[in-house]
Amino acid sequence: MELSVIVNNWKFLIVQGLIGFGPFIGGTLRLAIPAIALGFVLGIFIGLARLAEARWIRLPATAYVEFFRGVPLVMVIFWIWFIIPQLLRLPIPEYGVALTAFVIFEAAYFGEIVRAGVQSVSRGQVEAATALGMTTTKTMAYVVLPQALKNMVPSLVTQMIVLFKDTSLASIIGYVDLTKAAQIVNNREIKPFQLYLFIAVVYWICTYSMSRVAQRLEHRRV
Amino acid sequence: MTYTFNWSVLWSGQSGHWLLQGLLTTLQLSVLAWLLAIGLGILSGALRTVPFAPLRLAAISYVEFFRNVPLLVWMFFWYFGVPPLLPRPVQDWLFDHSAEFWAAVVALGVYHGARMSEVIRSGIQSIPRTQFEASVAIGLTTFQAYRLIILPVALRLIVPPGTNESLNLLKNSSVALTISVAELTFQTRQIETYTAKAIEALTAGTLIYLVLCLSIATIMARVERHYAIPGLISRAGTG
Repeated sequence: MELSVIVNNWKFLIVQGLIGFGPFIGGTLRLAIPAIALGFVLGIFIGLARLAEARWIRLPATAYVEFFRGVPLVMVIFWIWFIIPQLLRLPIPEYGVALTAFVIFEAAYFGEIVRAGVQSVSRGQVEAATALGMTTTKTMAYVVLPQALKNMVPSLVTQMIVLFKDTSLASIIGYVDLTKAAQIVNNREIKPFQLYLFIAVVYWICTYSMSRVAQRLEHRRV
Repeated sequence: MTYTFNWSVLWSGQSGHWLLQGLLTTLQLSVLAWLLAIGLGILSGALRTVPFAPLRLAAISYVEFFRNVPLLVWMFFWYFGVPPLLPRPVQDWLFDHSAEFWAAVVALGVYHGARMSEVIRSGIQSIPRTQFEASVAIGLTTFQAYRLIILPVALRLIVPPGTNESLNLLKNSSVALTISVAELTFQTRQIETYTAKAIEALTAGTLIYLVLCLSIATIMARVERHYAIPGLISRAGTG
């Protein structure tokens, strides 16, 4: 198998496509890292809202989660792509569209993880914190969430890996990530087998190392 | 916002026909890929628990490699990468018989087969080892023990996460639009292109996906209750 196409273009594929430095605004990592961080933060709010006592908070959050878990991510990307320019009446770069779509979509999944994590903390902890005179907010911030976070680690990492893989869909609207970079090179060189297998290996190295780190974290915890 | 809604684009012209076509293609693609995924999932999931290292290793490599790479990459790989390596007559036949559809079936099936395998393996592993030992003790071969004891119980444990994964497959079939399979998302985009009514078209597509997913989830919840083994799975408190 001839690998010169990889050797000749590795800089474009890795530096531009994976990391995001180069002539295009792009990069898988430049999209994935903020999307994970912001999606998780929004997910915390949604997860907590689903557990709220007040119906007017709980029901919208539940509807949000059920809605986004029932539609494909591709659909959500197209929604954002068409609607944001209509609403703001100005063109938004692909990066903004992709990041918004991922944060909104993945927050529904992160929200479910947060909810399950909070529910896994035993009721006695909340009662003890209340007995000590802590307010609800303080109980959440200092007692429940830190413990919940520990229980969430495995499913959080799984979801991060899913999000990392999902960022490849940003290439549909023209964002130059690793997948799009391979497409660009392939249009010139026509070596699809080598190129797509190569980026598959690159994606695999990233996701597999993420899951290894997660395994190590879990072992240290127990 | 200066957007004038015109919902009639959805039933005038060809839109309705396109949506129906898209829905049918999505269903065909999903069902075929699902069958492939289930087959691969059962095979590799079961192989990962057998006491013969090379088979286990092959199954583990399949699962770890395929599920950790984005589906979109697999779509491009199976559609653009693989056919040129096939013999000329096969290639010609493929491109006469909607190659993009079959590439999408294989991409979706092989990718979800690896994920299904994880679901199946955890189902099999949650069955106590003593069940297997008891079946061997009463004189069943390993194959018989799997076919008659382990798999019938495991399949019931697998239904809830398996449903979840099947719905993921259905939603992921939308990725096939990148290799121009005329499924539901593709047709939604087509309506948008022809009518310039993005919000109406996307609403129609989104609603169809929602109804599809929610009704499958409801049906499967019933099936789960029907086939649940009393005392083995407690459904109380789970959604």
